[in-house]
Amino acid sequence: MVAAAAVGIVVLMGALAYELFLGSKVSLDKYGLSFLLGTTWDPAHNVYGALPYIYGTVLTSALSLLIGLPVSIGVAVFLVEKLKRRQNEAHIIGTTVELLAAVPSVIYGLWGLFVLSPLLKAYVERPLHNYVGFIPTFSGTPFGLDFFTAGVILAIMIIPTVSAISRSVLNAVPNSQREAMYAIGATDWEVITKGILPYARSGLFGATILGLGRAVGETMAVTMVIGNSTRITADLFSPGYTLASAIANQFSETSSPLSSAALIELGLILFFVALAINIFARSLLWRMSRMTKVRV
Amino acid sequence: MAGLTANSGIDRRRRFTNQAMTGLIYVAVGLAIAPLVVILADVAVRGAPVMSVAFFTHLPTPVGTPGGGIANAIIGSFIMVGLACLIAIPMGVGAGIFFSEWPESRLSTVSSFLNDVLAEFPSIVVGIFVYVVVVLATGTFSALAGGIALAIIMIPIVARTTEESLKLVPRNLREASMALGIPRWKTVLSIVISTGRAGLFTGILLAVARAAGETAPLLLTALGNTFYAKGLMNPIAALPLTIYTYGISPFPDWQADAWGAALVLIAFMLALNLTIKLTVGRKMSHVRPEN
Repeated sequence: MVAAAAVGIVVLMGALAYELFLGSKVSLDKYGLSFLLGTTWDPAHNVYGALPYIYGTVLTSALSLLIGLPVSIGVAVFLVEKLKRRQNEAHIIGTTVELLAAVPSVIYGLWGLFVLSPLLKAYVERPLHNYVGFIPTFSGTPFGLDFFTAGVILAIMIIPTVSAISRSVLNAVPNSQREAMYAIGATDWEVITKGILPYARSGLFGATILGLGRAVGETMAVTMVIGNSTRITADLFSPGYTLASAIANQFSETSSPLSSAALIELGLILFFVALAINIFARSLLWRMSRMTKVRV
Repeated sequence: MAGLTANSGIDRRRRFTNQAMTGLIYVAVGLAIAPLVVILADVAVRGAPVMSVAFFTHLPTPVGTPGGGIANAIIGSFIMVGLACLIAIPMGVGAGIFFSEWPESRLSTVSSFLNDVLAEFPSIVVGIFVYVVVVLATGTFSALAGGIALAIIMIPIVARTTEESLKLVPRNLREASMALGIPRWKTVLSIVISTGRAGLFTGILLAVARAAGETAPLLLTALGNTFYAKGLMNPIAALPLTIYTYGISPFPDWQADAWGAALVLIAFMLALNLTIKLTVGRKMSHVRPEN
């Protein structure tokens, strides 16, 4: 009985891959691998290329890591190293940060659309555009609903994941790493950067990759703030699209078998990217667990 | 000590770096907590004005007509999460028991790994899968399809938490039971599960909280509906769908309703999550190994 449930999960994963292949067959047959490099997505003329979506996914995820990673590691270091003797406070702050993960993605989207996007446009994008607009990434007219806002909202959304895993990774670092450094007179910061972070790097890398996985697959929040445009541009202040938001946004208006197959193929791409990211992250965390004999 | 005073310049720099970086760590903590506070406050402030009894008991009204509610969405969410529970609880708990009690089998290793992957899978991919398998096959968007999609999202969470809570059950309880000649399956059913049931229940609540907030897969499966659904094989409304469609609409009164629906959803989720955190925190505090 219970073995059947375990078999069920294996079957489910297999069925997921199989059905996505089957569903995108029309598009796979027509475009093959060139689908990945096609820059035009034009349902009116029945031409489909996924590059604008892949580009948008990569850009927004990278942006979210750039912003979210230092904050997440900072939180983890704070909870594990600074609050070492105060477990209650650590528990409260840790729980608060983790509650961010409980907020549904559509509420991030709503908040991003009505609150964050106007704020970023007025207080971050405009100043950046006015003062350092010569840098291509900041050259466009601030739009508010763009790659930049999507990256920021994703950063907020990956912080609970990355900081929670980083926290358990840092907890797994043996105390001898700390004590040896303190014994030779190192400051807290030196202990953290030279004794702890290097030791924990494979685990922290795993946490980062899992965060990346979250950012890549996140749908609703991004769909509501990214502005929906298939133009490929280095300008962070112009609207864009991601794989996930394209699926969410265009599914109800597919016009032909080819267009729905092309959208399902976007899902197939997401499937493989998510699979690769997760397997990679798990193997990194597994290595950390073996090294420290603590499950992280 | 002479050496230390001679190096005081270096020491001062080291101390300064240490303090500056400690400051930055505090900034990071502030940046991580601020969004939660701001989002909760915004949802409460913007959602409160539309709160009324009618908001919970009425159907949505056309643009410009006051007095609309989200009753259909609340009921729709309950129906689909309920359906999802019917599928996900037996399967998730079953798989979790298998991972915890038969860890030596090869199936356990493979399935447990895939379960981890499935837990982190983008929910929109699950949505497309159910769209292809159920919506295209039955020819209609439906509550059933939505329930199946939510079930697939719940299964890995239920399985993982079941496994972890059963692993906390002391080994000697199992051995004592088997020493009395009670077969393994019966030991699991009567001893292990009843000892670990609190954790099991927690896992189910956690999965329900996650499913109740899911939007993306429902877009492709349940679709949404401005009336009560006529049956399980018809499109159906859900709270997150209402937030999305009203939120991106150009009409101020719909946008206000979106904030109201967001307040309802977030209140439900936070209540569920805080219950879980508080009960688990208490339960785990005496079993968590110190390190």
